[in-house]
Amino acid sequence: MLIALILVPAAAGLLAFFIRRDDLRRALLLATAIAHTAMTAIAVFGRVPVAPMEGWLAMDAVGLLFLAITSTLFLCAALYAVGYLAREIRDEHRDIEEGLLFANAPEAVFTGCLLLFLSTMTLVTVSQHFGLLWVGVEGTTLATAPLIYFHHHHRSLEAAWKYLLICSIGIAIALLGNFFLAVAATRESGMPDPLVVQALLQHAARLNVPWLQAAFLCLLVGYGTKMGLAPMHTWLPDAHSEAPSVVSALLSGALLNCAFLGILRVQQVMEAAGQALFGRQLLVGFGLVSLGFAAAFILRQPDYKRMLAYSSVEHMGILALGVGLAGAGTFGAMLHSINHSLSKAMLFLVAGNILAAYRTKSASEVHGVTRTLPVSGTLWVAGFLAITGSPPFGTFLSEFTILRAALDQHRPGVAIMYLGLLGLIFVGMASITLKMAQGPASKHAKEPLFSILPPAVLAIPVLVLGVYIPPPLSRALQEIAHTLGGS
Amino acid sequence: MNAWNDSVLVFLVLTNFILLGSRRPAARIRLTAIQGLLLGILTILVHADDVRLRTLLLALGSTFVKAGVFPWLLRRAVRETDVRRGVEPFVGYTLSVLMGMALLGLSIWMSSRLPLPPSQAGSLVVPVSFFSVFAGLLLVVSRKTALSQVLGYLVLENGVYTFGIALAYEQQLMVELGILLDLLVGVFVMGIIIFHISREFDHIEVHRLATLKDDHS
Amino acid sequence: MNVAAFLHIAVAMILAPFLLGVINRTKAIFAGRTGQPLLQVYYDLLKLLRKGAVYSRTTTWVFRAGPIVGLAALLTALLLVPFGAQRAPLAFEGDVILFAGLFAVLRFFTVIAALDTGSAFEGMGASREVQFSALAEPALLLGLAALAPLTGSFSLSGMLAGITAHTWLRTGPALALVVAVLLVVFLTENARIPVDDPNTHLELTMIHEVMVLDHSGPDLAFILYGSALKLWTLGVLLVGILLPVQTGPWLDVVLRLAGMIVLAVVTGIIESTMARLRLTHVPQFLAGAGVLSVLALLLALR
Repeated sequence: MLIALILVPAAAGLLAFFIRRDDLRRALLLATAIAHTAMTAIAVFGRVPVAPMEGWLAMDAVGLLFLAITSTLFLCAALYAVGYLAREIRDEHRDIEEGLLFANAPEAVFTGCLLLFLSTMTLVTVSQHFGLLWVGVEGTTLATAPLIYFHHHHRSLEAAWKYLLICSIGIAIALLGNFFLAVAATRESGMPDPLVVQALLQHAARLNVPWLQAAFLCLLVGYGTKMGLAPMHTWLPDAHSEAPSVVSALLSGALLNCAFLGILRVQQVMEAAGQALFGRQLLVGFGLVSLGFAAAFILRQPDYKRMLAYSSVEHMGILALGVGLAGAGTFGAMLHSINHSLSKAMLFLVAGNILAAYRTKSASEVHGVTRTLPVSGTLWVAGFLAITGSPPFGTFLSEFTILRAALDQHRPGVAIMYLGLLGLIFVGMASITLKMAQGPASKHAKEPLFSILPPAVLAIPVLVLGVYIPPPLSRALQEIAHTLGGS
Repeated sequence: MNAWNDSVLVFLVLTNFILLGSRRPAARIRLTAIQGLLLGILTILVHADDVRLRTLLLALGSTFVKAGVFPWLLRRAVRETDVRRGVEPFVGYTLSVLMGMALLGLSIWMSSRLPLPPSQAGSLVVPVSFFSVFAGLLLVVSRKTALSQVLGYLVLENGVYTFGIALAYEQQLMVELGILLDLLVGVFVMGIIIFHISREFDHIEVHRLATLKDDHS
Repeated sequence: MNVAAFLHIAVAMILAPFLLGVINRTKAIFAGRTGQPLLQVYYDLLKLLRKGAVYSRTTTWVFRAGPIVGLAALLTALLLVPFGAQRAPLAFEGDVILFAGLFAVLRFFTVIAALDTGSAFEGMGASREVQFSALAEPALLLGLAALAPLTGSFSLSGMLAGITAHTWLRTGPALALVVAVLLVVFLTENARIPVDDPNTHLELTMIHEVMVLDHSGPDLAFILYGSALKLWTLGVLLVGILLPVQTGPWLDVVLRLAGMIVLAVVTGIIESTMARLRLTHVPQFLAGAGVLSVLALLLALR
């Protein structure tokens, strides 16, 4: 079934390039999304037989978690996308910022690339072989570049070029890291297939240390570029502000997590090999730097989509920080990945609604969202509270868990910086989003069902997780924290 | 056999230096093609004592892709733009060559810190692969045209590939083909985007693509 | 000292102008001309020696000393260079540096003699000459230094004697790079295309020619002969690395003479087939040679 999870969207994606009728294609998109979610649900609630392909593909707890997030997000995004595409055909294509006319990429390209994106992300989550994981991550880059360039104008072209080049270079460095890992493995033990995670974990004690450290560094920098850790994050704001909101939602909510998975796997190996401290310190460092960059650029950010992009950088930093603190920190980070993905995706979809209604990306020109678009406005404010870690939303709990982990490990400096930067980001985002939300209604706009149902669906779990974590989920997260090292 | 390996690797280093100092875009594309050919030869040479079918397949495949497909793609992508006149890069050509020398020294120092398996001790492979990676990064960072940046990316990939075939060889063929396929599609997509850039902007100087930035004025 | 070594010096002093003739004849053949007689340079030297020198009123003793000091430096350098497996008459450990230093003395005195005339024209040529030599000298030194780890000797004689066919097999790439560097330095120092055109006196294209514009009579003869000696000296180094044969002494000499003539023909071919580099590209060309020499050194030190 794991192979089906990968191949079904891939086949659907390739098919979508050839289907001529729009409604047929959109139906295919929805059908594939539903099928994928169904299969994922079976994997989550049933017990899936593991290890086809000699243990290259397997479902472990971490992979399952990220796969579930991806699948849910994709379903909501597909629902939103169907309406979005229908609207894009109707509306005139006049550029919002500069008033020039532009064309869109063919819708077949959009739908096909979206499905291929799902397929490659699934490959990343189920892959237990570093080489296969790499192929998946590179595949996601290639599938998303045309998506960013959906609106054919020069700014999105610039964004797509930066994205493609920076991420490709990062992933090439990650490939070098893969090779270093292989050398670390074959030097001592002569393993037959040195890049399978299980084999590496078994022989961890005999891995060659300098090569292993070099491998970790390359993989951290390489996959960190894809994940959006500073200072390799420079493609993120541009790509998110120019891509359609649906694409941004998936990029922030699903793709960044999958890139993080690559780093998690190598950290697992490092823990098993006794090099845990090396890895953790680097992760904490990158995490704090990302928080710093995000804070610096969120303050007085004029463009609200870029603000959300920098918020993604911030949360990736929190994830890295959490895993770097290990133990309870890892638990918090895994919980946080769920919360962040859901809230960020919701925020991007709502931002798409705001963009469609107000036709401006500048935050200072948007007023009275809560009155013009009641549901979107409420979700916007709720999303702001969620993403900045306010109770009663789930993000508060996850960020607090990470804070407690820092204090428990007697690292007050880290804790103070973490809190301080989170506070700065709260202030920055508050001044932007609340100004947008309040005020008199300036326009009259409709809120079609497709634009409010998916975000609302995404908001509910975030709220629920703030007060109650279902025991199965809690057990699963603890299991993940344990396997990733330290408990 | 070691002398033959060393010769090919020295040629590889020389092509990198010439790339850093070359002024004409057409010459740069040809140099990356030559690099692809050299890497194909190196693939066979490094494993000359047990030549298997997959070695031949890999060598032929990568040579075909890197020396045949990529130059063709890139030449088509820039056909419409006026790239005959080179734009002076951020870091001048002579300075790039001198920085290349410094990077070569850095690569040799770095590789001396990593313990090599005895079969490869004293080989040039690790320093040369690191040098290619650095040279590729230098090209991407210091050049102004999109074409040069793609060529820098290719040089970087060549460096990674050099390391791979020499030291990390025990992988399944499928993974290596997957890597090659990704590379192929990647350059294909890049070529398409360069084509779009040249059509949209009438030039491919990426440093002039500076509309998206964060200046809070 | 060795009689055979001095014999080699005598051969060098007699045959050096002949090489210039070979180069000129090769270029003529490529151009479809009949060209000068092979011994033309000898005739020129004799003619110049018989003439009287004319000295400008703006010059001082420096101008008169230039050619003489230059010739003396070159003759000393000739004494350092081994021919075949024979040790050079003045060989000692570290004579590589003295070798480069002697060329520097030659260059220095040529340049100040040119500046002494007070002519802007020669000053311009002097500045170009110094710039290019500043780039070529590190290439020469590093290239020769790369030979030291390979042969275990810091003396030119030891280096050339230490290179055998086995050395080529073992460290081929490094030696090939050194040969490339030496070829570039050879072309640069002897003012050959692609660095400089020995035939023109136009402002745009010349470097060496302008500096000797004001010399006449015996001074010019010394300069002409000196350039032949420079050609021979650097050529012997090149041929010595390229022909690592160590057979009996007389066969060695014949082989190396043949090698020198082949080198002269090759120079003529290079001059006929290539165009001169743009003046602004010459530093890049020389920097490339510098890079090659560093590469050779890194390879040799491994």
